[in-house]
Amino acid sequence: MNAFWTLLRRDLGLLLPGGSRGGALLPLVFFLAVAMLYPFAVGPEPALLARTGGGVLWIAALLAAILPLDRLVKDDLESGVFDQFALRGIAEESAMAARLLAHWLAFAPLLLLACLPAAALLGLSGDSLRQVVLGLLAGTPGLAAIGLMVSAVMASLRAGTALAGLLLLPLAAPVLIFGAGAISRPDSAGLALAGAISLALCALAPFAAGAAIRAAREN
Amino acid sequence: MQAHLSATDLACRRGERLLFSGLSLSLEAGEALHVTGANGVGKTSLMRILAGLSRPFAGSVDSTGSIAVLDERLALDMDHTLRDALAFWERLDGSKESQELRTTLGLTPLLDIPVRYLSTGQRKRAGLARMIGQGADIWLLDEPLNGLDTDAQASVAGLIAAHRAQGGICVIASHQPTGLDIPQLALEPLR
Repeated sequence: MNAFWTLLRRDLGLLLPGGSRGGALLPLVFFLAVAMLYPFAVGPEPALLARTGGGVLWIAALLAAILPLDRLVKDDLESGVFDQFALRGIAEESAMAARLLAHWLAFAPLLLLACLPAAALLGLSGDSLRQVVLGLLAGTPGLAAIGLMVSAVMASLRAGTALAGLLLLPLAAPVLIFGAGAISRPDSAGLALAGAISLALCALAPFAAGAAIRAAREN
Repeated sequence: MQAHLSATDLACRRGERLLFSGLSLSLEAGEALHVTGANGVGKTSLMRILAGLSRPFAGSVDSTGSIAVLDERLALDMDHTLRDALAFWERLDGSKESQELRTTLGLTPLLDIPVRYLSTGQRKRAGLARMIGQGADIWLLDEPLNGLDTDAQASVAGLIAAHRAQGGICVIASHQPTGLDIPQLALEPLR
């Protein structure tokens, strides 16, 4: 358990905004840029923006979640950090669980905060904003989990971020359907389902990502 | 607990090629071994198999005691200062930062410099500090002398001697002479 906190502390130091790896604010900037550009693209008609704005925020969040994936696992795999963990008997799974938590903390809370200015730009009602924020709260852990798995599988490949995006998007479809679907539904069934999918993905991700790292070691 | 490292009838395959086969070795506490051989003959693969990081194609490895590995990958965070990068491993290993070790390796003036700005030899010394800080019984060193100047090579020889005097085991894979009086194991390319 002690090792887990040490790992988490390092991961947070690397990934959080202001951390040494840098680029942590990119998802936030991207998210806000989409919210800003959308009215230019479809026109400033308030009714249209209010009706579609929530969905646009979801798409923006989904795409923003791809941005940090490039170096999430790759750097440590290449610099032999995971080998050193293995020598110390630290399971890949616990390293990945710490990484998952740090990854979510590094991008999701900022996106949730950014929903406020973004909702103002799109003229969303208070109700829609609430549904979007709750939906993202339920859905972003799932996005982080998918991102980690994709990132770990991709780490030993010579492929770029674009492929990570291609892999992430179809896997994220269920989270999107229920999370964004909650905007137009009065009850909370969609939110509950998005949350359930997220939890299942978070439970799966450390094991899948850990297995990917072990497989990469055998090469 | 006495440190021990042995391997029986090891064979290693990379892709379709058999690198070596029928390789056996046995090291008891205080012993050291220098694995030599041309580039590409399988020294690094052997070290990874001994460390348990990859599976041999055939044969088995048996070890008692903790294992530390130093290879060309430092496992230090490039963007951190050397002090912070080493501090992470010290926290993880529960070891104290050793001023003595850092002085021996000549790292004291480099502690506030980000790892990415260190030279090849300085990086190698930083990696040695990380590896030794682990306090493991068995050291597996892959090309530990690459890029080191003669002074640093002498201090590494001293550190290895001290480790062996405390009952540690040391395996060095290097294509160049180590300057140590230890048995050699020459890997020959298979035809």
